[in-house]
Amino acid sequence: MWSVDLFANAIVAGLLLGGFYAAVSIGLAITFGQLDIVNIAHPAFVVVGSYTAYIINRHFGLDPVLIGVLFAPVFFLVGAAIYRVYYVSFERTGQESLSGLAFFFGLMFIIEVLLIMAYGVDYRLVTAGYIGQTINIGFVGIPFRMLVPFSVAAALTVGIYLYLSRTFTGRAILAVAQDRLALQLMGADPVRIKQFAFGLAIATTAIAGSLLIIIGPVEPSLGRQYIGRVFAIVVLGGMGSIPGMAIAALILGVVETMVGTFMGPSWSPAVSFSVLLLTLALRPSGLFGRK
Amino acid sequence: MKGAAFWISIVAVLVAGLVLTRVVSNEYYFNALYVILQGAIMAVAWNVLGGFTGYVNFGSAGFFAIGAYTSIALGKAFGQSLPLPVMIATAAVVCGLIGLSLGYLTLRLKGVYFSIATLAMAIVFETLMNNWSYVGGARGAYILTPDSHLWFNSYIEMLFMVMLLLTLGSVAISRALNASRLGRGLASIRDDEVAAECAGVPTLRLKLISATIMGAMMGVAGAPYPYFVTFVDPASAFSLFVAVNAIAMPMIGGTAHWIGPVIGALLVGTAQQVITVTVSSELNVLVVGVMLVLFITLAPQGIVGLAQKYLARRRR
Amino acid sequence: MSEPVLTVTNVTKRFGGFLALQNVELHVNAGERLGLIGPNGSGKTTLINCISGALFNDEGSIVFEGHDITRMPAYRRARLGVARSFQIPKPFRSMTVLENLRVPLEYAARSRAEHRSITDEAMDVLKQIGLEQRAHENSAGLTQVDMRKLELARALAAKPRLLVSDEAMAGLSHSEVDEILEILLALNRRGVAVIMIEHIMRAVMRFSERVVVLDAGQKIAEGVPAEIVRNPQVERAYLGE
Repeated sequence: MWSVDLFANAIVAGLLLGGFYAAVSIGLAITFGQLDIVNIAHPAFVVVGSYTAYIINRHFGLDPVLIGVLFAPVFFLVGAAIYRVYYVSFERTGQESLSGLAFFFGLMFIIEVLLIMAYGVDYRLVTAGYIGQTINIGFVGIPFRMLVPFSVAAALTVGIYLYLSRTFTGRAILAVAQDRLALQLMGADPVRIKQFAFGLAIATTAIAGSLLIIIGPVEPSLGRQYIGRVFAIVVLGGMGSIPGMAIAALILGVVETMVGTFMGPSWSPAVSFSVLLLTLALRPSGLFGRK
Repeated sequence: MKGAAFWISIVAVLVAGLVLTRVVSNEYYFNALYVILQGAIMAVAWNVLGGFTGYVNFGSAGFFAIGAYTSIALGKAFGQSLPLPVMIATAAVVCGLIGLSLGYLTLRLKGVYFSIATLAMAIVFETLMNNWSYVGGARGAYILTPDSHLWFNSYIEMLFMVMLLLTLGSVAISRALNASRLGRGLASIRDDEVAAECAGVPTLRLKLISATIMGAMMGVAGAPYPYFVTFVDPASAFSLFVAVNAIAMPMIGGTAHWIGPVIGALLVGTAQQVITVTVSSELNVLVVGVMLVLFITLAPQGIVGLAQKYLARRRR
Repeated sequence: MSEPVLTVTNVTKRFGGFLALQNVELHVNAGERLGLIGPNGSGKTTLINCISGALFNDEGSIVFEGHDITRMPAYRRARLGVARSFQIPKPFRSMTVLENLRVPLEYAARSRAEHRSITDEAMDVLKQIGLEQRAHENSAGLTQVDMRKLELARALAAKPRLLVSDEAMAGLSHSEVDEILEILLALNRRGVAVIMIEHIMRAVMRFSERVVVLDAGQKIAEGVPAEIVRNPQVERAYLGE
């Protein structure tokens, strides 16, 4: 059963998948890693992004990635609005631990149910010219439907990393987690910074969603499988570290693909959560986390 | 509620239940009541760790399902004639231990990590059950209804009384906890864990006790489930709906007081039964999610909190 | 001259690469009033976190009344008789003022329980602090100074033999500072040793029998208040070079 061929393909597939996982996780790396907001509904937003891509693609034939980019501003506004509600209801009163978590949990649930009511539980997919084609390098096959998301994900991750570390707003976002007072003294309103950051995070789900539906068909409860993955990635990478998150994403992608290839696909869902539990038990600050 | 009044109410409810089994013959009602009572036990259990101690469990379905699968596994190993109380007791022990272990791994970290870990645990267990063919794997298991239903007219009536007993027992335990020194310790942890530790409260130990009780109660809620539905597969047992209900009911009813989850379960459970019958089961599922979000944002203290505010205003 | 009630020996604490405390040594005698001062960031709060058990020091030892408490969790130290109040008050917000005191009485002070009801004991503490009027009010709605008093009341309810008061007077008015000072002095008269961390110099100097000065994680001076105010190193630490 074991062969170099299979092994090499699994590694490559794992890396491509891991790259995509980074796109899904980067929004959470911002909200959870920087803002300490446990947005457990993040993957649900990604699925909404997928369905957005599906609808527009079906009616207007636009390329899914393009749809993702076009709708990112819309998602940004939605994210900003949701943060507003979250802030007014929870952060301001200091209740964010219990109620904030339940809030996002309820939100996740509502999103999933609304999608089921609107589109049923059937799988949906998009059509694009490159889906179905494969590049072959030696005995390793690289399908376009994995390569395109990987490339876009890489661009997105690098882009956001540069934004956070080079621009004023970006650095303000990094700072707001660590020192509200300093931020206020600099003339920036912490609440508005957080609102912007949250909006940004949700904006990424528009793009991540379009990538998701390129990789494979989507159905409403798919988001739940990603909860484990995104939290495992953000925690393993270390809170507050985008490069750490990217590396963790690649690691998870490879491990999951290996387990799926050599042990069978029915074990894959357990991988991410097991990684998460192990990380929490052994090294909660992750690979590159701040203290 | 004063001691005497409480116990009289318990007995009254028990008697009412018995009367119901004599008087009502339409089995639908007992099915509906079973579901509501199941929700109540889950809500009361969730609240022990969630409302009393302040740690949010997202993986309630995990404990519930393992309770159910414990029954299934025991049934396969020892035959269906094994009495239900043995199944329930075993489920309590198994799920209590799971609560303890999960707590030991994660309760030393921030509450957020515990919550995510509970979700992780539920999915890991679901994957395990999907791959364990002894209890049916992904295809599920069929459970035959035992012949004996004691002196009741039908099996579902007996199950209903079993659930009623378990519910009343859980409520009694929860109430005792709320008013005890242990309960006050848990409340101090919820309010400010660091200050509690400095006031001499052994926070880790109390959190572990709380998690164990919660796990055991949820296992108990799940143990009779296979006999109720007769077909169990991981997808339905580990359903997110169970998890959302377990959170929504106490949060809507009010988490600080032991009666909150009961009120929440009665209200939400009944509403769900009504909606399922009159409109659709999808809408039913949506309603609980919306109610949860609305209550959390607008009335975080739940119905009990609203009632307390109303009474305080009237007193002035 | 009795055995010191608290002995801190060679305590070092690092946060990653940052050395917060370096070989700090101090002792507190039974019933003594010790002032702990130093500029911001000198490590005072880190030190008392190590003493109370909120943090564990990396090196060195802490001995309280003959027990080595270096690795003991905070709740066990509280039971032995080490109490602390927090700089920013941390009341149990869902409870009334009285209920706040039940927790330390039922937990930290359990082994020192008297044959009275917990409520009576709690009311006694409230009377000492001057909060008995507010016994049944919710603790979340108190004024600043009352919250500080509740912090001290809670520490008192643990029946400690050493109380660490962390900036209990910060931001209070002149008369409020005197109120808190009087509470601490009364407490000390009953035999409780007190470590006071404070920036309000007149309070520290009036209160302390002895003062320890920290700067950048190290002890730079120790002595009676009169000596400390004249110490050029201390002046330099506060005013800079």
